[in-house]
Amino acid sequence: MRTLSERILGAAAGDYVDVQVDRAYVHDGTGVLTLEAWKEMGCPGPAFPERLYILFDHIVPANNSTTAFLQKELRDFARSHGIHFSDIGGGVCHQLMGEGEVIPGEVVVGADSHTCTLGAFGAFATGVGATDMAAIWASGSTWFRVPETIGIRLSGTLSYPVEAKDLALTVISQLGMEGASYQALEYVGDGTKSLSMEGRLTISNLSTEAGAKTGLFYADDVTCQYLLQFGHPVESQVPEDCSYGKELTIDLSDLVPVVAVPPRVDSARPVESLEGLPLDQVFVGTCTNGRFEDLQRFASIVRGKKVNVRTIVIPSSAEVLRKAADTGVLSTIIASGCTIGTPGCGPCLGAHMGVIGEGEVCLSTANRNFTNRMGIGGSVYLASVATAAASALTGVLTVPEVHHAH
Amino acid sequence: MHIEGKAICLGPDIDTDVIIAGRYLRTKDRTVWVEHVFEDLDPALGARLKGSVIVAGRNFGCGSSREQAAVALKEAGLQAVVAPSFSRIFFRNAINVGLPVVEGECQCAEGDEVIIDLDKGVVSCGGSSAPIRPLSARMKEILLAGGLVPLWRSKKP
Repeated sequence: MRTLSERILGAAAGDYVDVQVDRAYVHDGTGVLTLEAWKEMGCPGPAFPERLYILFDHIVPANNSTTAFLQKELRDFARSHGIHFSDIGGGVCHQLMGEGEVIPGEVVVGADSHTCTLGAFGAFATGVGATDMAAIWASGSTWFRVPETIGIRLSGTLSYPVEAKDLALTVISQLGMEGASYQALEYVGDGTKSLSMEGRLTISNLSTEAGAKTGLFYADDVTCQYLLQFGHPVESQVPEDCSYGKELTIDLSDLVPVVAVPPRVDSARPVESLEGLPLDQVFVGTCTNGRFEDLQRFASIVRGKKVNVRTIVIPSSAEVLRKAADTGVLSTIIASGCTIGTPGCGPCLGAHMGVIGEGEVCLSTANRNFTNRMGIGGSVYLASVATAAASALTGVLTVPEVHHAH
Repeated sequence: MHIEGKAICLGPDIDTDVIIAGRYLRTKDRTVWVEHVFEDLDPALGARLKGSVIVAGRNFGCGSSREQAAVALKEAGLQAVVAPSFSRIFFRNAINVGLPVVEGECQCAEGDEVIIDLDKGVVSCGGSSAPIRPLSARMKEILLAGGLVPLWRSKKP
């Protein structure tokens, strides 16, 4: 009996395989070195340009002329070779690949560690470096060691204000930052059924923070319904009765809102235990928590109120922004005093659009709280959207209230 | 393959953000990464990398996939990194840019001479030696060629 990774890669855990890649993407950050390595390899053209994507999200729009020129080179390259291209403002690469590109059973690589996000569709999706990506541009294939798998068996349901993010941070704190190194995570059990596609994307996204190669959900009715809106009729993946090397069992009903304390992502503590921590900035967005469901939840909590700390909200894609505008979610967020950024990664990696200063504390819905990550001398606490919204209203770390439920 | 250098001892979970910060990534100028390597961990460390071997704790290179981290260490003249375990993307990146990375337990003090014998699979330091985990045949081929780009070019018809 095989794990989902073994089924997709067609070999047993521990084996080395050469596989054709179904989709491969880079962003404006990693694309630069990929293009350099590609030029050095001296290849005439990409083997399968229709499988390649160049998606701008890291420094959007360009912050200076150096960045602008690097982006120009990549933009020209994409256009001249018939590669799928999304310019500034289109959105975060992982979000765009999840808007009707990736389907169950595919092998997906991205030159970004959070490529594991797409495992939520039942695809084998993992991050690679720039030189590996250049070789994939050239050949259309790459090699993997088929990973062993840790099973995360879920029961129960999440109850407001607990979110998928709280589950993911709890799992990482149980596994540790390298607890899943070289391995895949598979989320299984009845508890998965109640998780929305957006929640699953949040959970798979954070798999890499435990060192995992990818984090998979089996495609089910939720997946099929989601992909149907993009015109993809797909079938469910039925789990085989496989045994995992290691297994965690979690009852979703037992979880509480948590916060990951800098500088480690595996340091989840109940929000309650740190309540009152003064904040200088709240940031809602990124490939982890910038989806429509996230913005809708944020709006439901701040509706009719004013935030008490500077708050940046960045939709993860143009489509998310459009939907937020069409439904009134955007105007609710703006009316509460938040500022809205261009769809993209925003200040998550400390390079652009909301960098924090020395001694400042940011509560963020992103995925990393490493030393100086969002700015020199600043600290980043990671939490859910509900925790971010409740805290934005008070200006200090605050447990989201149950009566906000909508 | 035989590698020698003075030990620089670091702790566990050294992430790629502290190897090279996000604010220095928007360039193709490799000297920028060499200039700022490890700046957020210890600004004096970068100047000591030339000819040295980093002996680190578990999970070296975790976090972002940025290949600039491996390139910065290689361009700064670092000879190798020895650690009980590495984050998978960094490990692959390092081999791909020709930076030797060695999985093994190495007990040593700052400044000790570290000797790595990849053929025998041994790392020696301060009078003791320990086995290192062998590289897969494919990774060894890439490393011996000096990286994936040189290997690719050598195989071109």
